[in-house]
Amino acid sequence: MPGHFEPLPGGGAAVALDDVEISIIRSLAVQLLELIGPGPGENASEDPLAELFAEGPSEPPSDPVLKRLFPDAYSDPEKEPASTREAEERQAHSAEFRRYTENDLRAGKRENALAVVRTLDALSPAGDGGAVLKLTPAESRQWLGALNDLRLAIGARLEIADEDDTDILYGLPDEDPRKPMVMAYLWLGGLQETLVTTLLA
Amino acid sequence: MGVVTSPAPVEIERTESAEEVFAVPEPDVPWVTIVHNDPVNLMSYVTYVFQTYFGYTKDKATKLMLDVHHKGRAVVSSGSREEMERDVQAMHGYGLWATLQQDRK
Repeated sequence: MPGHFEPLPGGGAAVALDDVEISIIRSLAVQLLELIGPGPGENASEDPLAELFAEGPSEPPSDPVLKRLFPDAYSDPEKEPASTREAEERQAHSAEFRRYTENDLRAGKRENALAVVRTLDALSPAGDGGAVLKLTPAESRQWLGALNDLRLAIGARLEIADEDDTDILYGLPDEDPRKPMVMAYLWLGGLQETLVTTLLA
Repeated sequence: MGVVTSPAPVEIERTESAEEVFAVPEPDVPWVTIVHNDPVNLMSYVTYVFQTYFGYTKDKATKLMLDVHHKGRAVVSSGSREEMERDVQAMHGYGLWATLQQDRK
């Protein structure tokens, strides 16, 4: 079962991973954790007062990956605001939404990515250098969220904006510098697809 | 304060006056959560999210997912502004691209 999850009897899912695959997923998850950043509580020792004011940011993040993970809640991408007033209103509502939700959203994504790192680190190697990863249903759901976030992150880095972009990337020549990232993107897609199937079974 | 024995024409007129209509601050227009198309999210995953979070049947979840995919967007829930903010936050948690707005037609 290389490259795809299979359901476990009684719930949960399993996938066989080799050393390279384990290190790729782990490294991508760690990069995502670094991008999402520490929670407000983790800075508490530096400034105990900070936690009292642990409101989220009101400005959208500048990084394209974070912008995609935490989009504006009040900005319909297909309907331009009809007036300056409407544009300001959307911005103000989005900012307020962000203040009250972004810290929680970051915490949720962090938990999922941490679950990926933890379950990979707990693997006991099989004879051939690989291992079989076995997930409980709860871990499966965390993996599912993390795989989706990783694919969104890679998609943003590869500047995938529509289906045509995906087609172009799939046809890249081997020497293109984006090729390894595209391969990882496709492979994670296969993992995610088969993991969803186990959860819907 | 006497017992009202007969309907006074004045009162009837008052309930229909323009003033009372203007006194209503906001029309009771519901808010909606819209999910937007995205080339990254898998169709199976989007269907899974609609089933899991909203408790929709597989058929309904699939139909909404196909609307997102083919029309670029779908209204996935409606209700009060607070409820829709909760739904949008949940969708962002799942990595779906969602916004909310008042359902002005």
